[in-house]
Amino acid sequence: MTISTTLPYDDLRDLLALLPGDEKHEPSALSTLDVIWVLYDRVLRVDPHRPDDPDRDRFLLSKGHGPAAFYAVLAAKGFFPVETLAGFGEFESRLGYHPDRVLVPGVEISSGSLGHGLGLAVGVALALDAQERPEPRVVCLLGDAELEEGSNFEAIQLAGRLGLGRLSAVVIDNHSSAHGWPGGIERRFELEGWSTITVSGRDHDAIEAAFAAAPGDRPHVVVADIPERKR
Amino acid sequence: MTTMRERFLDVVADALDRDPRVAVVLAQIDVARLCSRESARRHSQRVINVGIREQLMISVAGGLALEGFRPIVESYAPFVVERPFEQIKLDLGHQDVGAVLVSVAASYDAAEEGRTHQAPEDVALLATLPGWTIHVPGHADELETLLRRALEGDDRVYMRLSDETNRRPVHADGLSVIRRGRDDAPLVVAVGPTLDEVVSATADLDVTVAYLSTVRPFDASGLRAAMRGTDVVVVEPYLAGTSASEIADALRDRPHRLLSLGVRNAELRRYGTGAQHRAAHGLDAAGIRAALDGFRAAAWRVRNNGGRSAAARLAGVTQTT
Repeated sequence: MTISTTLPYDDLRDLLALLPGDEKHEPSALSTLDVIWVLYDRVLRVDPHRPDDPDRDRFLLSKGHGPAAFYAVLAAKGFFPVETLAGFGEFESRLGYHPDRVLVPGVEISSGSLGHGLGLAVGVALALDAQERPEPRVVCLLGDAELEEGSNFEAIQLAGRLGLGRLSAVVIDNHSSAHGWPGGIERRFELEGWSTITVSGRDHDAIEAAFAAAPGDRPHVVVADIPERKR
Repeated sequence: MTTMRERFLDVVADALDRDPRVAVVLAQIDVARLCSRESARRHSQRVINVGIREQLMISVAGGLALEGFRPIVESYAPFVVERPFEQIKLDLGHQDVGAVLVSVAASYDAAEEGRTHQAPEDVALLATLPGWTIHVPGHADELETLLRRALEGDDRVYMRLSDETNRRPVHADGLSVIRRGRDDAPLVVAVGPTLDEVVSATADLDVTVAYLSTVRPFDASGLRAAMRGTDVVVVEPYLAGTSASEIADALRDRPHRLLSLGVRNAELRRYGTGAQHRAAHGLDAAGIRAALDGFRAAAWRVRNNGGRSAAARLAGVTQTT
């Protein structure tokens, strides 16, 4: 049950144009656009009319800075009116430069400070296990530079050890990590027992297939590469 | 006598049986102790050992709370409050979810282990965050009452367990008068496990002694009701002055003098026992008495200076209230 499109992908650039300000986070937002679109258009089982459905899939935006693409996709999918985008960052607006789950329908976690989402996602996955809900997937989006936060590795290690099969991470690889990841980002996850796949962060079919490739008996990471020229 | 820590584990084991919302998140500390209880083994999906990953411990609790569980987190105070402080702020508070955080070892129970396992700053730190209820029980029976009540809710609660304990529990909500002095006698507020030492230190003094085990929200109305003179002394088993601003605010329209006793903000660099550290920080009966005597002597000097307080003298005006 993937939600039906209310606005098409081609409208996303126009929706993004409605969001004023926050130039410093614009490249970050644009790098996530295609992955978030594919998740909401083809992968996640979520319903804008039932954002609290206990059997929905959970999408946790850990890379909370630069949420413009996230907001644009949520608006396109009907979680809130498109007109809301125009108030981005204003005092009375629901939409801040970092998303707040209390204010925005469809936002699972409040984020912005890097390195928090994956730990929360592990907790959500464990909760769904304890509730014996077999269906919901938990997907957490991070950035390659965000992985520098040590807290992520506590979560990567435990998720691997516990074999949290409903958990997927997607790392947007902007190649923006200060000191890089010799051997590749995937290696950090493989060592801890995750399945891994690397795709172009602009190729919608490949992104969809990458999430479909999750084995289900261990956590899965999709590294979405964003080529330099398209950032 | 059952320690607070053992009583905590007993109550948690019982709660796992009674309430399917209850989940326990541990970072290695006390895993074996809890899992020696049969109910913890029976509900193993709700007893999660994250290993020595204290930031993740709080994040996992946040994730569980997002899905409707009532998470309990327990470890040494530095590992529950200090290391994962941003996770407490964001993964619980900013997510608008609750949890019951429980610490052991308090300020100097782990005296022989040194500074790394001591957290006299814990209450002051948590008190900077909105929405936290902070309990400092003085007896295992108080702990059980407070913990069972906390587990029924969905808010953010911190419970500070200690090896120090009073001989008898005080079952009271808010600030409770233990012994009443004359009308204008100084009020001495003992927090949690400091009560017995306070009672001993003041046995021959004309003071009102009150007890408090829930320090946030601070019982301002209880303080105002109990205080009939101008002098108030608060004895806290953590960083001295932690509740000074709360007391100042509660008494903002009353002239008063405040003496805040607690753990000194200093690197003691000593090992030994908790009792030795208590004495070193002036929180044993003798130390409390010495501080009270000094406070009273200062009051005598003020009263014999023409009704002018030290502040008023410095300002060159006569105190009028």
